[in-house]
Amino acid sequence: MATSGSILGNPVRRVEDPRILAGEAKYFDDLEPTGCAHVVFVRSTMAHAKITGVDIGEAASMPGVLAVHTKDTLALEPVAGMMAPPAFSRPPLADGVVRFVGDIIAVVVAETRAQAVDAAEMVVVDYDPLPVVVDAEAALKDGAPLLFPDHGSNVAVDFVTMGATADPTILDGAEVVVSGRFVNQRLAPVPMEPNGILVEPGDTVTITVPTQGPHGVRDPLAPVLGLEPDKVRVIAPAVGGGFGAKTGAYVEHIVAAVLAQQLGRPVKWTETRSENMVSMVHGRGQIQDVDLALTKDGMFQAVRCKVTQDAGAYSQIGAFLPFLTRTMAHGVYEFPKVELTAISAVTNTTPTGAYRGAGRPEAAAFLERIIDMAADEIGMDPIEIRKKNFIPPDKFPYSTTTFANYDVGEYAKSLDEAVRVAGYDQLRADQKARRESGDVKQLGIGVAAYVEITSGGMFQEFGSVEVKPDGSAVATVGTSAHGQGHETTFTMIVSDLLGIPMDKITLVQSDTAVVPRGSGTMGSRSLQIGGSAIYRASEGVLEKAKVLAAHLLEANVDDIVLHDGGKVGVAGVPASALTWGELAEAAEDASRRPDDWEGKLAAELDFNQGEATFPFGAHIAVVEVDMETGRVELIRHVAVDDCGKVLNPLIVQGQQHGGIAQGVAQAMYEGVVYDEDGNPLTANLMDYAMPSAAEFPSFEASNTETPTPLNPLGAKGIGESGTIGSTPAVQNAVVDALSHLGVRHLDMPFTSERVWRAIRDATPA
Amino acid sequence: MRKRSAKPPLALPCRPVKPAPFEYHAPATTADALAVLAEHGDEAKPLAGGQSLVPMLALRLTRFGHLVDLNRVPELAGIERHNGTVTVGTMTRQADLERSPDAAAVPLLGLATPLIGHFQIRNRGTVGGSIAHADPAGELPAVVLTLDAQLDIASASGTRTVSASEFFEGTWTTVVGDDELLTAVHFPVWADGAGFAVDEVARRLGDFALVGVVCGVELDGSSKVTRAAIGLLGMGGTPLRAAAAEQALVGTAPTDDELTEIGRLAVADLDPPADIHASTEYRSSVGAHVVKRALRTALERAGG
Ligand SMILES: Cc1cc2nc3c(=O)[nH]c(=O)nc-3n(C[C@H](O)[C@H](O)[C@H](O)COP(=O)(O)OP(=O)(O)OC[C@H]3O[C@@H](n4cnc5c(N)ncnc54)[C@H](O)[C@@H]3O)c2cc1C
Repeated sequence: MATSGSILGNPVRRVEDPRILAGEAKYFDDLEPTGCAHVVFVRSTMAHAKITGVDIGEAASMPGVLAVHTKDTLALEPVAGMMAPPAFSRPPLADGVVRFVGDIIAVVVAETRAQAVDAAEMVVVDYDPLPVVVDAEAALKDGAPLLFPDHGSNVAVDFVTMGATADPTILDGAEVVVSGRFVNQRLAPVPMEPNGILVEPGDTVTITVPTQGPHGVRDPLAPVLGLEPDKVRVIAPAVGGGFGAKTGAYVEHIVAAVLAQQLGRPVKWTETRSENMVSMVHGRGQIQDVDLALTKDGMFQAVRCKVTQDAGAYSQIGAFLPFLTRTMAHGVYEFPKVELTAISAVTNTTPTGAYRGAGRPEAAAFLERIIDMAADEIGMDPIEIRKKNFIPPDKFPYSTTTFANYDVGEYAKSLDEAVRVAGYDQLRADQKARRESGDVKQLGIGVAAYVEITSGGMFQEFGSVEVKPDGSAVATVGTSAHGQGHETTFTMIVSDLLGIPMDKITLVQSDTAVVPRGSGTMGSRSLQIGGSAIYRASEGVLEKAKVLAAHLLEANVDDIVLHDGGKVGVAGVPASALTWGELAEAAEDASRRPDDWEGKLAAELDFNQGEATFPFGAHIAVVEVDMETGRVELIRHVAVDDCGKVLNPLIVQGQQHGGIAQGVAQAMYEGVVYDEDGNPLTANLMDYAMPSAAEFPSFEASNTETPTPLNPLGAKGIGESGTIGSTPAVQNAVVDALSHLGVRHLDMPFTSERVWRAIRDATPA
Repeated sequence: MRKRSAKPPLALPCRPVKPAPFEYHAPATTADALAVLAEHGDEAKPLAGGQSLVPMLALRLTRFGHLVDLNRVPELAGIERHNGTVTVGTMTRQADLERSPDAAAVPLLGLATPLIGHFQIRNRGTVGGSIAHADPAGELPAVVLTLDAQLDIASASGTRTVSASEFFEGTWTTVVGDDELLTAVHFPVWADGAGFAVDEVARRLGDFALVGVVCGVELDGSSKVTRAAIGLLGMGGTPLRAAAAEQALVGTAPTDDELTEIGRLAVADLDPPADIHASTEYRSSVGAHVVKRALRTALERAGG
């Protein structure tokens, strides 16, 4: 790979953009097959209540209504959570109790969406309110309202009893101990396109759904429909973002699929934005009690973190995510001792799940925060204390005490580069000057170094490449892009290895009828696993092509090479070389190919990386804090992210910028808020302050390249790095801006009010 | 506890998707629009730029049997300047106001309007819609009040003109009756050399202000304030005038410390609302700073 003429490493523009920008890409809701009926859900307006009656009479008699169901007429198996007690399973239609605002009570199917909306309004629900718990810590207290009284507690997953034992002596012998309590607040993923599904029944049920992995929707749905998986075809069309929240089958998908089968006609559910804010999983939601032990000269001795994870009502992936927080609790540092214990608790709120970073941002957040507190405590510069404790490059591969196997790492390299780009010393001088002059706008400089885990747990992926007689190639892969630009990067790989122009290569993905297996696109795994599968399949095709060319040219296979211009022939004899079209044609002609030839000019395989990779980087954020209003402005953000070998810098930069935007959003703007009765107070985009590009400076994103030895591309993930490095950098910057007032910690998001209060409380009246 | 998911929709023929069903009227003249309003009373609602009304309808927070679309009534839009007044027709788009050379005679309009939402909203949103909607955090309602604008209100039986101080009654309520339309707003033009400023704190660009101020000052030859108007937004159920602060300002050439005092005075007797974005305390304290800053700017601009 990467010979002088290689396309890899070049900023190739995304081939998918023109059709998306021109509005030609088709999303599931653009499809409206004839006879399509529409589903609308009747959702609980109470956070916790017994349902004593549901009157569907009037709704059922409304014009166009085809069916109205509650659990009494549509019995569906409860959906079990991940690692959670079976008692915490979620019935798709509430079974006598609702447990969060948004829980589904009834479903209406009508000829048109408008009719379904109108009828849903006529469903009358009798509630008998139950006590509500919205806070995970409160949910664990004695006497807390129980979501599942039969189970006897709100504990979804207990990571103390699951091998993460608490060591009471961990801080013994420390010279300095700093402690903090950090709230890593709950976020809403807010993909541009909300959730939904289109189900077309038939001999094979065809399901078009905005998902990050069609096989992951098919596998749980097929048994519900009583069908073999090959009788269920799931297609992910153009998908408007997922961020981790569009994985697996939602209960809404199950209900819609069953209704389509019952009615024998296409059924569609299109989530509204307001619905999305309560029904799609939320992310983060950890409370962290942290202690860091260190020597007076800044050497770390131990770190301890107690996580309380908010699982939301019912127990989904969110309850399990502290596991990843623990995996990454070591960060980039040589800690002699690390301990992370966690408990996940159910609450009367929207269930939590994976959201860009999923458990790893939470790890970087508490480490980077407590380290800054330590630096303040011992009077050391935040850069120096970090560099002092980095795992040095010669110790890789490095096994942490939290069971991670770091592949490669050069942590000082990325931090040094960030310091250089930011002009760190000048920034500190500027900060000093502003402090001395009592400027109303104080400067804050925040540093964060991180390492994260990508493709964790899902090491294997399907890939195939076939060359056609017309000289074109088709690559098929089990990942499923929904904004990541795989059509561009993956075809670049094929083009690089086979010399076939990119515009003659098609990427097939996101359809279970044509992709035999796949784990989808999540966990920043796609290029390293799916891309490597395509890489290996391309190699396989090239090997076969060489055998075929040797046979046709009556040459020794060892003398066959790929010539410039994409022909295959004898080294030094380009004139007689064969085109890919000629080769593919010959491969299908029994009279021209070798006797022992099998199949087409194609190769398919499952690439298995065997282990995860650990991208890393350093971010420096610069903020201005208005000391009178508390308003924070991010004025610069420097990111140096190391995702190994960069195949397409444009796409990597896109991932960096988008990730940073989402990470900064957590620090500065976003947070899901419930009142004490469990009413969501941020259930629209007016109250949920998702920022837009207008709120940000242009990020200064660059890369160091430390290739991983684990895959042929040398690539690690980049999809989530931005949300992992940026959040603590901005958080540290805001605290840094106020540190001269004695402020040591502030929770996110930095609303003007929160910052204003901190200033006021720290300033002598 | 028994909850119907919502009140019953009206049995009407037209079926748009998100809002509850309504009958759509598209009159071509003010008179026709007023006639529809006269006929349907509180069942009918004027539709201007739709930037506030449509979201509320789509969320089904509100519903009306009849919508009277004013977008096809040309006579309701336009900006004219005459005799010390700039008159703005109710259906004038906020974006047009922002760019109008005639409206430039009232500098506060040009300073305040860009802070309304995003440009897409201002392209569609109207001047009268914003004022009739009367959001207490809206910029234009605060300008109306601060400049003592006069507002024309028409019904099928005639037109009346009310002054800004009588116009706003409470959050989202004004003296405009169910059968009436706001048709035009008259903004007085201040003397040459007057200075104006707008300042606000909002969560994001384009968000409604948590707290804000619009103000104007005129100075005499010795830099003493001869005229002052200070209007606050987001600080109560309606836009508010800071009368005591205005009085304290007039006759002085305030120092920075005095401006700080005047800022405090402006919010002294207020009990601003609290919501998830800001507390009463925050609005009061920061309101004082924002007033100080805006006055400082207005004075600089007036001083020349
Ligand atoms: C994302 C977003 C951000 C926004 N941010 C801001 C902001 O920062 N500041 C701000 O001030 N506004 C903001 N707005 C609101 C915007 O300014 C609206 O345009 C304005 O409030 C209403 O004007 P409209 O022409 O769209 O009126 P409509 O939405 O059509 O109508 C609003 C109300 O006024 C009534 N009405 C309209 N015209 C008349 C009339 N001639 N006579 C009697 N009643 C009438 C309607 O019946 C309705 O009740 C924002 C809106 C959005 C969507």
